[in-house]
Amino acid sequence: MTNAPDDQQGPESYYVVGEAAENGQGARACSLPTFTAGRHERYKRLVEGTAKAVLGLMAAALVVPVVIILGLLVYNAWPALSLSFLLENPKNYMTAGGIWAPLVGTFFLVVISLLAAAPIGILAGVYLNEYARDNWLTRIVNLAVVNLAGVPSIVHALFGVGAFVLFAGMGRSVLAASLTLGVMTLPVIITSTREALAAVPMSFREACWNMGATRWQTIRTIVLPNSISGILTGVILQVARAAGETAPILFTGAVFFVRVKDHGWESFFPYSLDDRCMALSMHLFTLATQVRGVSSEVQYGTAVVLIGLVLIVNSASIGVRVYLRSRKKW
Amino acid sequence: MDCVTAPQDRFAIQTHQLNLWYGTFQALKEITVNIKPRLITSLIGPSGCGKTTLLRCFNRINERYENVTTTGEVRILGKNIYDEDVSLGELRKSVGMVFQRPNPLPISIYDNVLFGIRSHTRRGAFARSERDGMVESALRDVELWDETKDGLRRKATHLTLEQQQKLCIARLLPLKPQVILMDEPCSALDAEGVERIEELVDALREKFTIVMVTHNMGQARRISQECIFMLMGKIIEHGDTSQVFLNPREKETDMYVTGRYG
Repeated sequence: MTNAPDDQQGPESYYVVGEAAENGQGARACSLPTFTAGRHERYKRLVEGTAKAVLGLMAAALVVPVVIILGLLVYNAWPALSLSFLLENPKNYMTAGGIWAPLVGTFFLVVISLLAAAPIGILAGVYLNEYARDNWLTRIVNLAVVNLAGVPSIVHALFGVGAFVLFAGMGRSVLAASLTLGVMTLPVIITSTREALAAVPMSFREACWNMGATRWQTIRTIVLPNSISGILTGVILQVARAAGETAPILFTGAVFFVRVKDHGWESFFPYSLDDRCMALSMHLFTLATQVRGVSSEVQYGTAVVLIGLVLIVNSASIGVRVYLRSRKKW
Repeated sequence: MDCVTAPQDRFAIQTHQLNLWYGTFQALKEITVNIKPRLITSLIGPSGCGKTTLLRCFNRINERYENVTTTGEVRILGKNIYDEDVSLGELRKSVGMVFQRPNPLPISIYDNVLFGIRSHTRRGAFARSERDGMVESALRDVELWDETKDGLRRKATHLTLEQQQKLCIARLLPLKPQVILMDEPCSALDAEGVERIEELVDALREKFTIVMVTHNMGQARRISQECIFMLMGKIIEHGDTSQVFLNPREKETDMYVTGRYG
């Protein structure tokens, strides 16, 4: 039984019904369509099934390395993990004690870098998306943003040394390292801000402009409140990136070891802006390559804390986005 | 912003040899037209003939888009709006626009009605009772008050399309506009919504000058008193709606209104 048209028949024989069908004239043509799959249809189904399986498998494969890495890290770090591991300073040439000094150092670096980069990045993004017309200046700025995003982090480090440590006279310090991280995160903040703004429907802006509202009134009252979730997500994701980078802080402010207070209220403000500091990513590098006799638990423990921070921050950003999105509807 | 119309200004909107280019494409060619106050003028013509572009010249919103060049004159109530001393904010306060797709802002109904007037006044310029009064009278004017008075704090984007479009008209009213431009205000609505909006527009005719772009020739015939037919960026014919439809002077108009193209 096939419903494929036969070459020998004219089109008039496709639908042979009634008398002609009964006395066999329509026997060679399928008298009525049956909608059963032909050979090519079965082949299409096979290809479709294969494509779905392969694509799905690749997507699922993304999860595997994450689970393995996390599992391995936590398993190996388990004996070292405790509250005192977080709250104590490294002792005995890093072989004992905890990670308080680098943990606070990372926190300082990330917060200060965002305080510097987020306002500049967000405001620049607003300008580029809402005000800038398509002219040569805008194109140059766009080119600069794209290129800045593509600069390797070690080059950012060298820029930081030249611009902040030496030229601006900050020396190797928390401030210089933070600003270097800030420059590194800036292009991504700008890009994600622009994307969040571009997602706000143009019709809202048209409505405002047509009532005589200025661009800034429109941005402040309508555009920003409706894009803030996307903007914040972009900024928060940069926290994770800034916390994990080693190269930009290596020459600009992070050091091998600093003795800081690890008890009392002063332990929460161990560094001032012109101090050098420790940082988790740098500390992990130190433990793994520069110091002898560090137990593997301490190394793994440091790695778990670093990756845990990143995961917490990322989850927080997803939470913020979900919360803000649930409140806005258009 | 009282309407100070000198007796000789018999027209609400006058254009004189208005040309407009998007880049190098000329969208409007030598448009000279006089639109009378306190009646509805419909703009008809096939897609891409420049109806919306012409409408957008009347409050200079075209300039917000890239690469637009305009020459010629547009007079609103006698004043050339391309003069140096014209403030776009004040102009758009007097010349409001209603869009094809209802576009209430994603804030409450109450704040939507007040958005325009708030963007033209200092913070706290109106006492609460004044604000409430403005909201109520605007919503009453568009026959939306009874449906929404119990939920003024609800987001406007939850309203039905018809209610949204009424709200889009209502939010212009506190600004006391002289002219209301409508760009196919009914094309996103169902038949019942179209009828209600048409009734509303007809009721508003007494107080404003209304220019309405429409693709629906039945609608143009039903509600407009004057009709402008455009083709390829030019005005082909402008006259009483009944004359344009029943007894057109130009061959192109005849072909279009009888449905032979477009």
